[in-house]
Amino acid sequence: MFANLVQFLSNGTNVAFFVFALFAIGGAIFMISFTKVVHMVTAMAFTFLSLAGLYVLLQAEFVAFVQVLIYAGAVSILMIFGIMLTRHDKEESQPNRPLHNILLGIGTVGLFGILFYAIQNANFAPGEFHPGEDNTMEIGKLIFNQYVIPFELMSVLLTVAFIGAIIIAKREED
Amino acid sequence: MTDAIVTPYLTLGAILFCIGLYGALSKKNAIIVLLSIELMLNASNLNLVAFAKMGVNPSLTGQIFSLFTISIAAAEVAVGIAILIMLFRNKGTADVDEMDSMKR
Repeated sequence: MFANLVQFLSNGTNVAFFVFALFAIGGAIFMISFTKVVHMVTAMAFTFLSLAGLYVLLQAEFVAFVQVLIYAGAVSILMIFGIMLTRHDKEESQPNRPLHNILLGIGTVGLFGILFYAIQNANFAPGEFHPGEDNTMEIGKLIFNQYVIPFELMSVLLTVAFIGAIIIAKREED
Repeated sequence: MTDAIVTPYLTLGAILFCIGLYGALSKKNAIIVLLSIELMLNASNLNLVAFAKMGVNPSLTGQIFSLFTISIAAAEVAVGIAILIMLFRNKGTADVDEMDSMKR
């Protein structure tokens, strides 16, 4: 078992994966267990950054960059603004419903067990990946040729969503 | 590249998804619930990018798919926070267990 571990850790990619995965899971666990909401958002930003590192390992540099920009930047800041604008002085406390929590824990662990079993038994023959010379340029070519209609639909959806968000959050002055 | 297998990434995605599910269903603060949903979306994104490199038929399509997912998630967070702020202004609470006006 330890020989396997040493062999696993002798590969640089595996070490990087191990560290990033540890940080990602650690950030998520801390997010669950902290009691102050700002600390939770900070732990979550840590998880987002670790996932960006994993994307770099998977040769998806552009997705990693977008992850840092959108998640670690925009979403975290938006969450912190949401905390500032709502009540944040009291500590986060678990609702007093023990049966609900026990059932939820059993259900979550059961779901993870099923997923783990399925993943371990699945057999994915890895194909050959051709990343191209420049990841960003290849993605740009694909988006603006093959996927141009979903891309435009996405821009319409983002515009509608942000106008809707502004109108919802606007203070009614009557 | 034959020694790179997709199983560790899928396991990590499953772990993150389950943690996010637990947080989304057990937390009281609505902002933390939104954050847990973001964690679940991130876990699925990780699966997409992992399959884009090490799946049966790898191509850049998985990465483009994950980009679309990220933008959808950004829109969802913006609308969610707006609804939350509106609800806090009208009711004075951000706890999900007090948002039960349709139950009464």
